[in-house]
Amino acid sequence: MATPASVHAHAPQGFIRKYIFSLDHKVIGIQYFFLALTAVFVGMFLSLLMRIHLIWPAAVLPLVGEIKPETYLSLLTMHGTIMVFFVLTTAPQGGFGNYFLPIQIGAPDMAFPVLNMLSFWTTFVGFVVIIAAFFVTGGAPLHGWTGYTPLSALPSAGPGEQLGADLWIASIAIFCIASLMGALNFITTTLDLRAKGMTMMRMPLTVWSWFITAILGLLAFGVLLSAGILLLMDRNLGTSFYVPLVVVNGQIMGHKGGSPLLWQHLFWFFGHPEVYIAILPGMGVASQVLSTFSRKPIFGYRAMVYAMLSIGFFGFMVWGHHMFMSGMSPYSAFAFSILTMCIGVPSAIKTFNWLGTMYKGRIRFHTPMLYAIGFVSLFVSGGLSGPFLAQPVLDIQLHDTYFVVGHFHLIMGVAAIFGIFAATYYWFPKMFGRMMNEPMGKLHFFLTLAGTYAIFMPMHYLGMAGQTRRYSQFTEVAYQQKLLPLQTFMTYAAIITIAAQFIFVINLFWSMFKGPKASDNPWESTTLEWTTATPPPHDNFGGVTPVVHHGPYEYGVPGAPRDYVMQTDPANSTTH
Amino acid sequence: MGLALLVLIWLITLASTYFFVAKTWWLPVGASSAAGWIDHQFALTFVIMGIVFVAAQLSLGYIVWKYRDRPSRAPVEYSHGNTTLEVVWTILTAVLFIGLNLMGSSVWASQRFDAAEAGAVQVEVTGMQFAWYFRYPGPDGKYGATSPKLMDPSAGGEAAVGLNPSDPAAKDDVVTGTMFLPVNRDVDVSLRAVDVIHSFFVPSLRFKQDTVPGLNIHMHFKPTAIGEYEIACAELCGLGHYKMHGMVHVVSQDDFDKWIAAREAEKQ
Repeated sequence: MATPASVHAHAPQGFIRKYIFSLDHKVIGIQYFFLALTAVFVGMFLSLLMRIHLIWPAAVLPLVGEIKPETYLSLLTMHGTIMVFFVLTTAPQGGFGNYFLPIQIGAPDMAFPVLNMLSFWTTFVGFVVIIAAFFVTGGAPLHGWTGYTPLSALPSAGPGEQLGADLWIASIAIFCIASLMGALNFITTTLDLRAKGMTMMRMPLTVWSWFITAILGLLAFGVLLSAGILLLMDRNLGTSFYVPLVVVNGQIMGHKGGSPLLWQHLFWFFGHPEVYIAILPGMGVASQVLSTFSRKPIFGYRAMVYAMLSIGFFGFMVWGHHMFMSGMSPYSAFAFSILTMCIGVPSAIKTFNWLGTMYKGRIRFHTPMLYAIGFVSLFVSGGLSGPFLAQPVLDIQLHDTYFVVGHFHLIMGVAAIFGIFAATYYWFPKMFGRMMNEPMGKLHFFLTLAGTYAIFMPMHYLGMAGQTRRYSQFTEVAYQQKLLPLQTFMTYAAIITIAAQFIFVINLFWSMFKGPKASDNPWESTTLEWTTATPPPHDNFGGVTPVVHHGPYEYGVPGAPRDYVMQTDPANSTTH
Repeated sequence: MGLALLVLIWLITLASTYFFVAKTWWLPVGASSAAGWIDHQFALTFVIMGIVFVAAQLSLGYIVWKYRDRPSRAPVEYSHGNTTLEVVWTILTAVLFIGLNLMGSSVWASQRFDAAEAGAVQVEVTGMQFAWYFRYPGPDGKYGATSPKLMDPSAGGEAAVGLNPSDPAAKDDVVTGTMFLPVNRDVDVSLRAVDVIHSFFVPSLRFKQDTVPGLNIHMHFKPTAIGEYEIACAELCGLGHYKMHGMVHVVSQDDFDKWIAAREAEKQ
């Protein structure tokens, strides 16, 4: 086993090297976590403003004033971008992946600690750049998180499309570079730094999910990076990759011969795998938590691994289902549609296996378990609207309506967030050495589950009725005006759900300093992070190299002294 | 705790399902020849996914309650899964999903690959920030030339789409801000955009197609009921996206002929 050079040294003592420019994957993981926490509150605040504007368009709000139609579009653009990149990609992979992947495979650190530090700080710069877009002349861009060209390529196409749009692209490009560095690190670490006995098929499903996510990231972010650079060139250097001859407000633009669809292909070639980048770690965490708190081995470990691998594989071949209405060849719609249905199969397998894991178990309802159960429920609800949207003929009615918004929020938004919550409540004791408050956690869970369903389920009804997304007001179209009462209901639900998130924040920070001390293995889990001290020492295992003798989910083992067998327990014949 | 969870999951499931089944909010009444097919495929998908949704959520709620940790519970079943079961539900899901998909394909194919019927009404749809324009080629059946240099959106009508008045074919072209169509006749639409991408969406006619700068997209559809139908732009196109609204008036053939004759007369 190769050992990264840095870990032979003692833990750095200076504040800056210990907490700011740290090479320790655990510190970097926590840095990513807090970056994502900051980002999620920014993103959530933006969505609150959007919900308020939809119902009370004339409202004058403190800090922001009156929201104009173009401001609304800036809000949705920034909400989407911040949430997808700086929350759903950053927290599960950068945060928990960084902290726990090395420990779960028995490694002292990531393979490239300096690269790890660099990828965090690059992500941080990306975040600063995107936030800056709010404060430049013209404000943040209004072209949506998908940034469809020519709208995003023409500074004169609308307010926010000047410097704000350049910063938006620059931020995404910076984020791509950071993610590429992170992906390389994750892949190398998983392949090279596993402890003795930690075969691939003994890796926790969380490790598999981070590993597969890293592969997706490596293949997807490179494409988005290139696409973004071309877009910057179209905007600033007079090239015409994405823009044909167009006339904006009577003025002929200086472009010729570009293809607006090229951007969509490149963007979704990244964009669809990105959906899985957001949700795969959630699947891993849900599997880990469901098995632990059901006190049963995961149902169908191999099937789970193969399902994740095939989701990753098919994930690169379905991007065209975002483009059925785009003017793309209608023949290719058949292929993209069938392949999209294929990707539903491994997703269904995973759901069956999660139910199979809980079936005949002894379920302990700690907060992480509640979130994992909520994850399964949301994954089912968000997943089952997929086969509607995968059919081009139904897309005629549903594409770019609230049905789509409801679909992706449930599955890649809320389900992924539930994965992050499950991970937070589950690993908090290991990360901070203290327990979180259970009653507060449970209250937070019930309010959040009911609240998110109340926000996002009605979106499906709206979409069926033809409510188009990205409308700052519904006053101009008669049939849409009739749907306003439902929108009002959703806004109230959103206000309550957002308020409930402060329970989480209070619990998080209060427990960090005042929570009861956590033991080394409070959940009676089996994986390697629970064999070491709480919180883990600088080199993770205090100079000891763990040796693995068992699979990751040995619960309810007959004849064992406890109802579980740790991965490092001495070998015996009863387990895998 | 198990019971609370069961109650919440079941409540969410039943409430969500109620509003679907009661059709409190549903697709608008269809008014085109494709609507029957599309609605049928939608209903079929809806029934299948609905059953799976209810079954999965109810079992989830039941399982978490039934197998909650209690001192009286028997020890858990130590099992790593069941390969036969995995194979069965993989095949079942695959057949269900892919079968469903194939059933919808013929509708898509007939709309996209067959040409418009002979004698179809020709209309060119142009999207621009933030209005729709409709052009009829007139008695000669030919669209006159347009030029980007002549486009003047502030003037509206012919000037907005950049119609070149010196082209003989353009003399009888009619450009309007509202779409008139005769009922029960195929419509051969050419869709284009001059600035950014827009999307021509008429929910009642079950028609949606992006209009893309640089592309001229041909589609056809047939309205089957007289009435007025709203157009809503369905692709984010800028600050006025929400008010890029238009109307389709589906009228009798007689009324259509009178309407177009009056527009021609106005022009002369």
